[in-house]
Amino acid sequence: MRKMLAAVSRVLSGASQKPFAGSPPPRHLTVGRKLSSRYEVTFESAQASRVLVASRNFANDATFEIKKCDLHRLEEGPPVTTVLTREDGLKYYRMMQTVRRMELKADQLYKQKIIRGFCHLCDGQEACCVGLEAGINPTDHLITAYRAHGFTFTRGLSVREILAELTGRKGGCAKGKGGSMHMYAKNFYGGNGIVGAQVPLGAGIALACKYNGKDEVCLTLYGDGAANQGQIFEAYNMAALWKLPCIFICENNRYGMGTSVERAAASTDYYKRGDFIPGLRVDGMDILCVREATRFAAAYCRSGKGPILMELQTYRYHGHSMSDPGVSYRTREEIQEVRSKSDPIMLLKDRMVNSNLASVEELKEIDVEVRKEIEDAAQFATADPEPPLEELGYHIYSSDPPFEVRGANQWIKFKSVS
Amino acid sequence: MAAVSGLVRRPLREVSGLLKRRFHWTAPAALQVTVRDAINQGMDEELERDEKVFLLGEEVAQYDGAYKVSRGLWKKYGDKRIIDTPISEAGLRPICEFMTFNFSMQAIDQVINSAAKTYYMSGGLQPVPIVFRGPNGASAGVAAQHSQCFAAWYGHCPGLKVVSPWNSEDAKGLIKSAIRDNNPVVVLENELMYGVPFEFPPEAQSKDFLIPIGKAKIERQGTHITVVSHSRPVGHCLEAAAVLSKEGVECEVINMRTIRPMDMETIEASVMKTNHLVTVEGGWPQFGVGAEICARIMEGPAFNFLDAPAVRVTGADVPMPYAKILEDNSIPQVKDIIFAIKKTLNI
Repeated sequence: MRKMLAAVSRVLSGASQKPFAGSPPPRHLTVGRKLSSRYEVTFESAQASRVLVASRNFANDATFEIKKCDLHRLEEGPPVTTVLTREDGLKYYRMMQTVRRMELKADQLYKQKIIRGFCHLCDGQEACCVGLEAGINPTDHLITAYRAHGFTFTRGLSVREILAELTGRKGGCAKGKGGSMHMYAKNFYGGNGIVGAQVPLGAGIALACKYNGKDEVCLTLYGDGAANQGQIFEAYNMAALWKLPCIFICENNRYGMGTSVERAAASTDYYKRGDFIPGLRVDGMDILCVREATRFAAAYCRSGKGPILMELQTYRYHGHSMSDPGVSYRTREEIQEVRSKSDPIMLLKDRMVNSNLASVEELKEIDVEVRKEIEDAAQFATADPEPPLEELGYHIYSSDPPFEVRGANQWIKFKSVS
Repeated sequence: MAAVSGLVRRPLREVSGLLKRRFHWTAPAALQVTVRDAINQGMDEELERDEKVFLLGEEVAQYDGAYKVSRGLWKKYGDKRIIDTPISEAGLRPICEFMTFNFSMQAIDQVINSAAKTYYMSGGLQPVPIVFRGPNGASAGVAAQHSQCFAAWYGHCPGLKVVSPWNSEDAKGLIKSAIRDNNPVVVLENELMYGVPFEFPPEAQSKDFLIPIGKAKIERQGTHITVVSHSRPVGHCLEAAAVLSKEGVECEVINMRTIRPMDMETIEASVMKTNHLVTVEGGWPQFGVGAEICARIMEGPAFNFLDAPAVRVTGADVPMPYAKILEDNSIPQVKDIIFAIKKTLNI
């Protein structure tokens, strides 16, 4: 058995010298010396066929080169290489795939009219939400705008709760009362519908972080469209003045609704728009790049230097929302090109397979598991009942005794409970 | 100004009366406190009680507050708890001062969409324990952009609580309740009332003195007509009541204290007793506080007790003019209230 494993590992180390698609040619690739033969993945699988996969020797970790970030008012930026462990790689892969499939399921449910109203999907931008989460602690804080399903998941809610909120059922994370744009979790403040309004709120959360003195930071996200708003500059001013631990993050997916950045902004260097606030421009399609930049930014803020700005260059495959086919202001060719060259899940997968962090079969199995999870969640979200009518008046006020709420006429009354 | 000095004279008479009776009554002499000092005291006590409370606003710290309401607080609590914000219109408990509520329009999206609605939209997950306070309504000679009353605008929105203190006791008790409330509370103060002293009863001097949000107060008992008001016009109503009393008409004057949730029970009980209703407010008539009271009276038991239609006394339906004679006639005066009461009573 040992000899067989040794032979296999020799073959694998040889194979890992192959360059991988979608990134600059590596000059040097290190494979971790400690080969792992134990089955590290945290999810259950009892099938015999997996034992063979398990007994393959995967690398424990690998070092990758990542794109250098453009810097504004910074002497140095995040490192240009990073180490990815197998465990982390599998975790990120699973998370990104989950977000991807969840968004595609939402697309399906919307077309079946089971999801109503606004539905803004983030498929294509998975490296942003998963990469940001990888660079911070669960005790840090995050607030974003309405393209929020991915963040709701990475901040800890289950796909079930998210899909059930989209379908407006009582099992939804906001009991069906918020919908797509109003999901909240611990240390996650939505989900905000008014463009740009979340940025002053984020600065406020950062103020609270500083006030409480626990070295926490707040990630305050907004899009390329919102970046031209006045209240964002007011927030920059206050954050810089009071040295708030706020990481302003512009998720630049090149289009504010249907308006390309060239048509909307006098300066498309969003990472420089903070002027007196240092900034960095990050490859938002590469999860490792996002992770390193986030770690760098968080360390900057935690050291008390004040706010910092990150521009994540990313791309959304869907239109602005489900009511936008997304091809009247951009070409199908452009979308296809990004999909084939810069898809974040594909980039991670290729890296991991090529450096022996995982096998193609293993990742395919994760795909299967994720699909099942999404299916189950969608089942639940479709079958769960709507919130009871009696609760229409609930949650107007917090911590108050129950009172009466007027309905459509003076004879219709609802009870309001906190 | 006559109205204001009238308010001052009576309490002073009472104070001297008390002093004369000192040998028979060991209670402390009645304390006179201005509305400004009452708010200051209320905030000071709450800042001391809970370290999560802090105050921010334009010029609240080093300037001691544009209207000196926050005087002394920065010296006492420092930069962390009292924060000067540049002009702009997390579990912490902020008190956010607007220099006037007119400026709140720049931030009104946050007050309504981020504060008022969040607890509901999150299905009960995310409370917003914040206080928005500042002077509201007409002042003196500050013209149209600085004189609007926002009671109806904020009172319109579920998820907000809106209070409107009249005297010092109201000011202290309501600001303390607002700070302790776990919901967004809008406190509509009045600039012209800041400097007016009122008698401060002993219970109001306690650090735990609270006035419940959602409860009106009957300032003056009466039998012939119910007069409902909030903020500075309450004083005008009491003056009108004093004048009418000499003519044998006894007005019951109700100080709403809270705009939302409105205390209709107190108003209805009074109307069922007096059979007549006049509402008085500084804001514009269309879609105003008085309009809401009248609509609700029609829906409740008090309607059948009305002997005449309810009448509203309001600010004139114009942007506030600057010239004094025009400004004076754009807000409800005592004579306007008396006229409305007499019309209602058909005398």
